[in-house]
Amino acid sequence: MTRKRRRLYLVVALVSVLGIATALVLTAFQDSLVYFYSPSDIAEKSPGVDRRFRLGGLVKEGSVQKEAGGTTAFVVTDLRAEVPVRYTGLLPDLFREGQGVVTQGKLDARGQFIAQEVLAKHDEKYMPPEVADALKKSGEWRPEAAGAGG
Amino acid sequence: MIAEAGHYALVLALGLALIQATLPLIGAWRGIDPWVRLAGPAAIGQTVMLALAFAALTHAYVVSDFSVYNVFQNSHSTKPMIYKISGVWGNHEGSMLLWVLILALFGAAVALFGANLPDRLKARVLSIQGLIGIGFLLFILLTSNPFARIDPAPLDGRGLNPILQDPGLAAHPPFLYLGYVGFSVAFSFAVAALIEGRVDAAWARWVRPWALAAWTFLTVGIALGSYWAYYELGWGGWWFWDPVENASFMPWLAGTALIHSAIVVEKRDALKSWTILLAILAFSLSLLGTFLVRSGVLTSVHAFATDPARGVFILGFLILVIGGSLTLYAIRAPMLKAGGLFAPISREGALVLNNLLLATATATVLLGTLYPLLLDALTGEKVTVGPPFFNSTFLPLMTPLVMAMVVGPLLAWKRGDLPGALGRLKFVAALAAIVGLVVFWQAGGAVFPALGIALAIWLIVAAPAELVERAGLFRVPMATALRRLRGLPRATWGSAIAHLGVGLTVLGIVGSEAWTVEHQQVMRPGDVATVGPVKYRFDGVEEVVGPNYAARRGKFMVNDAQGNEIGLMTPEARRFFAPPMETTEAAIRSSAAGDLYAVLGEADGRGGYLTRLYSKPLIIWIWAGALVMSLGGVLSLTDRRHRVGAPTKARAPAPPAKTTPENASGAQA
Repeated sequence: MTRKRRRLYLVVALVSVLGIATALVLTAFQDSLVYFYSPSDIAEKSPGVDRRFRLGGLVKEGSVQKEAGGTTAFVVTDLRAEVPVRYTGLLPDLFREGQGVVTQGKLDARGQFIAQEVLAKHDEKYMPPEVADALKKSGEWRPEAAGAGG
Repeated sequence: MIAEAGHYALVLALGLALIQATLPLIGAWRGIDPWVRLAGPAAIGQTVMLALAFAALTHAYVVSDFSVYNVFQNSHSTKPMIYKISGVWGNHEGSMLLWVLILALFGAAVALFGANLPDRLKARVLSIQGLIGIGFLLFILLTSNPFARIDPAPLDGRGLNPILQDPGLAAHPPFLYLGYVGFSVAFSFAVAALIEGRVDAAWARWVRPWALAAWTFLTVGIALGSYWAYYELGWGGWWFWDPVENASFMPWLAGTALIHSAIVVEKRDALKSWTILLAILAFSLSLLGTFLVRSGVLTSVHAFATDPARGVFILGFLILVIGGSLTLYAIRAPMLKAGGLFAPISREGALVLNNLLLATATATVLLGTLYPLLLDALTGEKVTVGPPFFNSTFLPLMTPLVMAMVVGPLLAWKRGDLPGALGRLKFVAALAAIVGLVVFWQAGGAVFPALGIALAIWLIVAAPAELVERAGLFRVPMATALRRLRGLPRATWGSAIAHLGVGLTVLGIVGSEAWTVEHQQVMRPGDVATVGPVKYRFDGVEEVVGPNYAARRGKFMVNDAQGNEIGLMTPEARRFFAPPMETTEAAIRSSAAGDLYAVLGEADGRGGYLTRLYSKPLIIWIWAGALVMSLGGVLSLTDRRHRVGAPTKARAPAPPAKTTPENASGAQA
C-alpha cells in the first residue's frame, strides 16, 4: 500500500460519495421546493391548481368563520389582494384575526386556498419575514400594526 | 446600582479579554515568558467578571427590577421563580451574555486543568479564546446591552412567552450553548496548532476531551429542544428540519466527525490536516448557527431578534473568524506531515468513511438551510426547503453510515479483516434479519419499517456483542471474561454505549414514523374514538386555575382494545394573563412501547370540542437513545487517558508502523 494508492482510494471514495450526494440533492430539489406567494402574487401570477405552495399575509379582521366538523374559513390579505382559505383541524395557538399567518396547501378550481397546514408561529412579537416583505411590497407595512413593538 | 455594576463588569471583562487575546500571543511568538504566563490569570479574571455580570442580571430578574429594560420586556412579577431565573437567558441579550460567559468558562477550564499543556500552546489557545470573546463582548456592549435602563420604571413587566415557561426549555439553551461554545476550544487548539505548525498524537489527546465534552452537551441540548417541541407545541412532531434546528444539528454532525477523526490522529498520526479542518468547521457552524438564529434572517419559529445591526455585526464577525482561520489553514496545513499508512479496509478506513458520510450529510443540510437565503438574496424569490428535501438526501447518506458503524470497531488498525469481522457479526446479522422478517410479516408487507427495525436491531445488539467479543465471553472461563470486561478501557465502553444509543434512536424514529396513528375529530362528552391500539373516551371539560393562567381541562379515559383501563388523560387549553396568550398543553402517557398523546382544541359551539388524539409507538426511544449517546460520551470522558489534566505527561508520538496491543484492542469514543 503506497501513499499514491491510498490517495487514489480516497479520491475514488470521495468522488463517489459526493456524486451520490449531488444526485440526491438534485432530485430532492425538484419536488421539495415550496414557493411562497402573497395574495398579490397570486392575483398576478396565478400559480395554477396543482402546485403546492405557501400563502402568507394577515388574517383579515372579521373573516374567521368556524364551520361544523372542525373546518375554519378565513381570508388572508396583504391589504391589496385577498385569498379565501379553508382549513380543517386544530389551529395554532397564535392564530387570530389581524395577525400574520403562513399556510401551506393548494388552490382549488374556485380560487379557494385549501390549506393542509397552518404554520405555528409561537411569539406574539414575531412576524414571518415573508409576510413582512409582502406587506412592504404592497406598501402597507406598519410595524406597530404588525405587533412588532409588542 | 447592581445593574450598573453588571454593566461595568462587562466592560472590565472586555478589557481582560483584550489582554488575553494579545499579550500571550505576542509573548509566545517573541519568547517573552511573563506575557505567556498572563494568559491563565486573564482568562480566569474574565470569567469572574462575566460571572458577576451574569449574577447582576439574574439578581435584576429575581427581584423583578423593571427599571432594567430587559427585565421589563421579558419578566413579570407573578411568574414562578424558576422561570424568572430561566428568563435571564430566554431572550436575546441575556442569551448572548450566557454565550460569552460559557466561552469564558471554557477558557478558564483550559487555564486551570491544562497543567500538562506546553506553556506556549496553552498561551496561544487562550489567546484565540480571548479573540472570540472580544467579538462577542463587543457585540453585547454595542448592540445588545442587557443592562439598559428605562425611566420611569414600569410597574410590571411584559412577561415571558408562556410556551417558553417550561423546565425542559429552561435547560435547553444552557446545554446547547455548552455544546456550541465547547467547540471553540477545539477551534482554538486547531488554530494554535496551525500557528505552531505542529500536530501530533499528544495534540489530539489534548483536544479530544474538549471536543467530546462539547459533543456530549450538544447531544443533550438538541434532545431537550426536540423533546420540548414534542410535548409543548402540541403537534406531536419532534423534528421539523426547521433552519434553527439545522443550525444546532450541523455542528453536531461536524463534531461527531471530529471526535472520530481525532482518534485516528491520536492512534495513528494520520488525517491530521483533515482533523484540524473539522475542528475549524465545527465551531464555524456553531457561529453560523448563532448568526442564523440571532439575526432573524430565517423564516423560523425561533426568530426573536430582528435587528439588522446585530445581523451585520455577527455576519462581519463570522466572515472574520471563518475566513481568517480558513486562510491560516490554507497557508499552514500543507506543512503538516502526513502520517501512518493504512489499507482501505481498516479501522482508519472505516473512520474515513464515517467522516466522508458525515461531512457530506452536513453539506446537504447546510445547502438545504442556506439555499432559500441565497435564492432570496439573488432573485428575490421566496422558497422553503421542507422536510422532504432533508429526508430524501440525509437519510440515504446516514443509512450506510449506520450499517458500517457496527463493523468499524471490529476492524484492526492499519489492515483489517472484513470477512473476519462480518463472521463475528453473523449472529447479530441473523437476529436483525429474523426481527426484520417478523416485522415485515406482522406489518403486512411494509418494506421500510422492516428494514428500519432490522437496522436498529443490528446496532442495538452489536454494541454489547462487541464488548462480549472483546472480553472473550463464552470462550474463556467466566471469571476471566468478566475481569477482561471490567478491564476494557472506559473509552471502549463509551463508544459501544454511544453506538447503542444511536440504535435506540433509530428504533424510535422508525417505529414512530411507521406506525403513528393520528385522529382529529369533534367529540361530545361520552364519545369514544379508537386510535390504533387504544380507545379514548371523552368525559367532558372542566375549568381549572393555575399560578399565572386559567385553563380548560379535557378529560379522556383511555382503555386498551380489551377494555382494560389504562388511565385518565387531561390535556389543557391554557390562557395566560401576562402576556395574554393561549397555549395548548398536550396530555402524554409515555411508555417503552409507545406514547399516547391527546390535545384539546376549541369548542365548536354545539357542545362538542375539537380534539386530536395520537398513538405513537416507540417514540420515547428517540430521546432515550440521545441520552444513552451522551452517557457514552461521559463514560469516554472518564477514561484516564482522556481525563483533562491527567497526571501523565503526553508520551512522544508512537512509532507509526508498529501495532501495539493497545492499538489492536483499540479504544474509541
